Amino acid sequence: MNWRLPWRRQRRPLPSPLPHSVLPWLLLCALATAGPHTLHQPLWLTAIAGLVLAWRAWLWLRQLPLPPRWLLSLVSLGSLAAIVVEYRTLLGRDAGVSLLVLFLALKLMELRQRRDGVVVLMLGYFLLLTHYFHSQSIPTGLWMLLALVLLTATLLRLHGDDRARPLASLRYAGVLTLQALPFMLVLYLLFPRISGPLWGLPRDAHAGLSGLSETMAPGSLANLIQNGSIAFRVQFQGETPPRSQLYWRGPVLDYFADGVWRPRFLPQRKPQVEARGAEVAYVTTLEPHNQRWLLALDSPTAVPAEASIGHDLQVLAPAPLTSRSRQAFRSVLDYRHNRQEQPLVLQRALQLPAERNPRTRELAEQWRRADPRPASLVQRALAHFRQEPFFYTLRAPLLGRDGVDEFLFATRRGFCEHYASAFVVLMRAAGVPARVVTGYQGGDINPVDGYLTVRQSDAHAWAEVWLEDQGWRRVDPTAAISPARIEAGIAAALPDDEALPLLARVDLDWLVRLRHRWEAANNAWNQWVLGYTPERQRQLLSRLGLQQPDWRNMSAALAAACGLLLLLLTLWSLGRRPRLAPEERLWQRFCRRSARLAPDLARAPWEGPLAYGRRLGERLPTLAPQAEAIAGLYATLRYGPPLAPRDRQQLLERLAACIRELPSRRPS
Amino acid sequence: MDLRAQAQRWQRWLFRLQPEGGAVRLERRRIYILPTRSGLLYALALVVMLLGAINYDLALGHALVFLLAGLGLVAMVHTFRNLLGLGLQAGAVAPVFAGEQARLTLHLDRPDTRPRRALALDAGAGPILAELDLPDSSSVSLPLPPQPRGYRPLPRLTVASVYPLGLFRAWAYFLPAARHLVYPAPLSSPLPRARSVPQAGDSRGGNGQEDFAGLRPRQPADPLRHIAWKAAAREPAERPLPVKHFAGGGAEEIRLDWQDLPPGCDVERGLSLLTGWVLAAEAEGLSYGLQLPGVDIPRGSGPAHRQRCLETLALWSPAGTRQP
Repeated sequence: MNWRLPWRRQRRPLPSPLPHSVLPWLLLCALATAGPHTLHQPLWLTAIAGLVLAWRAWLWLRQLPLPPRWLLSLVSLGSLAAIVVEYRTLLGRDAGVSLLVLFLALKLMELRQRRDGVVVLMLGYFLLLTHYFHSQSIPTGLWMLLALVLLTATLLRLHGDDRARPLASLRYAGVLTLQALPFMLVLYLLFPRISGPLWGLPRDAHAGLSGLSETMAPGSLANLIQNGSIAFRVQFQGETPPRSQLYWRGPVLDYFADGVWRPRFLPQRKPQVEARGAEVAYVTTLEPHNQRWLLALDSPTAVPAEASIGHDLQVLAPAPLTSRSRQAFRSVLDYRHNRQEQPLVLQRALQLPAERNPRTRELAEQWRRADPRPASLVQRALAHFRQEPFFYTLRAPLLGRDGVDEFLFATRRGFCEHYASAFVVLMRAAGVPARVVTGYQGGDINPVDGYLTVRQSDAHAWAEVWLEDQGWRRVDPTAAISPARIEAGIAAALPDDEALPLLARVDLDWLVRLRHRWEAANNAWNQWVLGYTPERQRQLLSRLGLQQPDWRNMSAALAAACGLLLLLLTLWSLGRRPRLAPEERLWQRFCRRSARLAPDLARAPWEGPLAYGRRLGERLPTLAPQAEAIAGLYATLRYGPPLAPRDRQQLLERLAACIRELPSRRPS
Repeated sequence: MDLRAQAQRWQRWLFRLQPEGGAVRLERRRIYILPTRSGLLYALALVVMLLGAINYDLALGHALVFLLAGLGLVAMVHTFRNLLGLGLQAGAVAPVFAGEQARLTLHLDRPDTRPRRALALDAGAGPILAELDLPDSSSVSLPLPPQPRGYRPLPRLTVASVYPLGLFRAWAYFLPAARHLVYPAPLSSPLPRARSVPQAGDSRGGNGQEDFAGLRPRQPADPLRHIAWKAAAREPAERPLPVKHFAGGGAEEIRLDWQDLPPGCDVERGLSLLTGWVLAAEAEGLSYGLQLPGVDIPRGSGPAHRQRCLETLALWSPAGTRQP
């Protein structure tokens, strides 16, 4: 039976073999889409993909036949096995990306049909998306846009543009992309956003996010300092408080064992905060760190609705933050916290590992015997740090079993975590409840957009002691050793020869200015492009007048907007009247007017101008000279040898004049 | 019920297929457009990408998917536009023998200056790619599917294009109101000699076939077989080629008669044999006549005569009535 639906009977409109000249384009596409993944994928995969690409290019240059299928199957099976060994799965995010890269490279080895080229390009489009797993910055976005134009130009060359000049293809692809931009905008704004994840994220989804950790060991912050990336940005409403007051509270650690500070679970109870100054309002934009804590200024008084504030003033989100998010806070910088503290908390704030750091305990005991008042013990310890030869440095020597002893009595070189840790151990040994607080200190105002930028290199650790009548008081031993760290930031506090990220150095003025601009642009990008969450979408749509936006009226608005755009595009591209030459326009006017004189006088489609002019003259003798003149003029202009512009203009004017003089009614 | 005929009727209704004479301009209403297989693959890829973007909460992923979706829509408009306004006019089809490939000359033009690329023109015998880039109109020689003898209406022509991105296929049909002639397929067999009529009073001055009578300069109608190649090789090159001149027996004249066909051969085979004879007789420079039941073409020779004979053979039907 030979009966098929008409649209199933698509004869292939293009011959199916792949045009030879398209191959370099496909190779370039593969490079542009898979190339940047070399930063994130195992070296062996890069090597295999690179070899396959080079091999394919060589085959193309020499016009050699493609390798046999069994060889390709062998290579693909081997690589598949290697991926399984590398990632222990084929389904994870990174394993999936590696598979895509592999498929793309191997598909190039069996390019025979046009269809194969299309498959390569679809894989390429897909690979573009996977770059956003690692970065959604402006450069990535731009690179992807360029790669998209390249892919589209290649698609063009696959479908009939293969003999055009390369630039012409790229330009056409650019025009298509530009015309697609309005659709993208409308869809971006109106497409009902769903907050992910739809299915369980593989474990590796948010690996590699940097930030504070839940524990603190000597050296852990010093490592983080090397990271110049941004931890969060803050927009203050009103004045920015002085730098020395900017303590951004992170995890509070109160259990010390084996040289490591950890948090312990505490029964939740509302903290008591007495404000002793004005409130500061601000919004933080926190980079994802895959942890639950939010960063607020000590001490927060109002936190976002979904977040909770703990007994120790730590602010926690309901779930680990896996995407950039914004939170509005209010804080007071001068406060009293928990003047009535639970006995359990105080008892825990005195915990020390038994039989460790005997010399430290002995020193604390000495001090306590001299003056048992907690406040003077605090001063005594700070004075000790100030007066003895302690150094503030990133290059602290490794510490052994009795780490605090070694630090206080032998090495005396350390970073903020060393000082905070030693201080808390001293206080506890002297009987003063104390704990370690980690977080960030300071931040730089970006003069371009006024945001305060806090980097990983601003990570900090300090101590809190609990004093009768005063509650928990912040004590920053680092300030005793290196006041510059608190007043001016990490770059000013460290000696010049210490390794710091280049951008954290402030002495290169132009570099700093450039960095400020760049980060302000990034911030705008984050706030307005990447930060377009379901909540912001709802806010924007309600501001635009969509009452209670839900997916139904959003879809309706979306369909309407897309329809409108499509209509505009269609009108623009289809509705344009062809531009006629002036003599043609005049001639058509003449034909219309003479047809109006009598229906039988209309020009027949096959009639040439001279013949028509003669016929008109025969039928209407009074018009004969005029009609023949018009026909002659038109024939000269249209079919005659090329004329000088002035002569041409003259003839055109005469033609127009003759046509104007035609009667509008049939002369009787 | 013949499903194929049914489908054809349905298509004629759906696509409003009417034979059209003269030039046709592709208007909006006669261009159809549907996604291709690549287009469906593209849509599927976009859906998967959207799911990925949602799952991993990728803002730029959303943007990319939406940009690609917009690109698809734009490509649809551009594909449609590639056909819009295209002018088609069917030209002449040279007669062919059955089983040979007839070719239709199709004239293409456009009302504006936009280039039209990768136009696939198809009359049912495989697509031909055409491009309208230069300011003038262009002509395409389009193969037609093989047909049996007779006047055959031109098949439905399809103009299709997947340009620019191959995601959509726009197409239009054009049924030219014209027909082309198909002669019977020639079968070569020895010319009948039995009824050849030698004539003594030869009007052509002794141009016989049998006895060599010398050489004379070649005239355009002389068969190639009569050229005296050896003699030509001896002569200077500028002179006209010498031709062997025969005398005696007069110009041979034969009658190609239905009656001379081998007994028991059916009509089509008979017509094929007669066609073969006509070709052979013309090639040998004979004067020949053709006799079929109800038709009698007097003797003659030359292209016009040959064409008349072939046309008669193409259209003859056993009842003696011409085919429409």
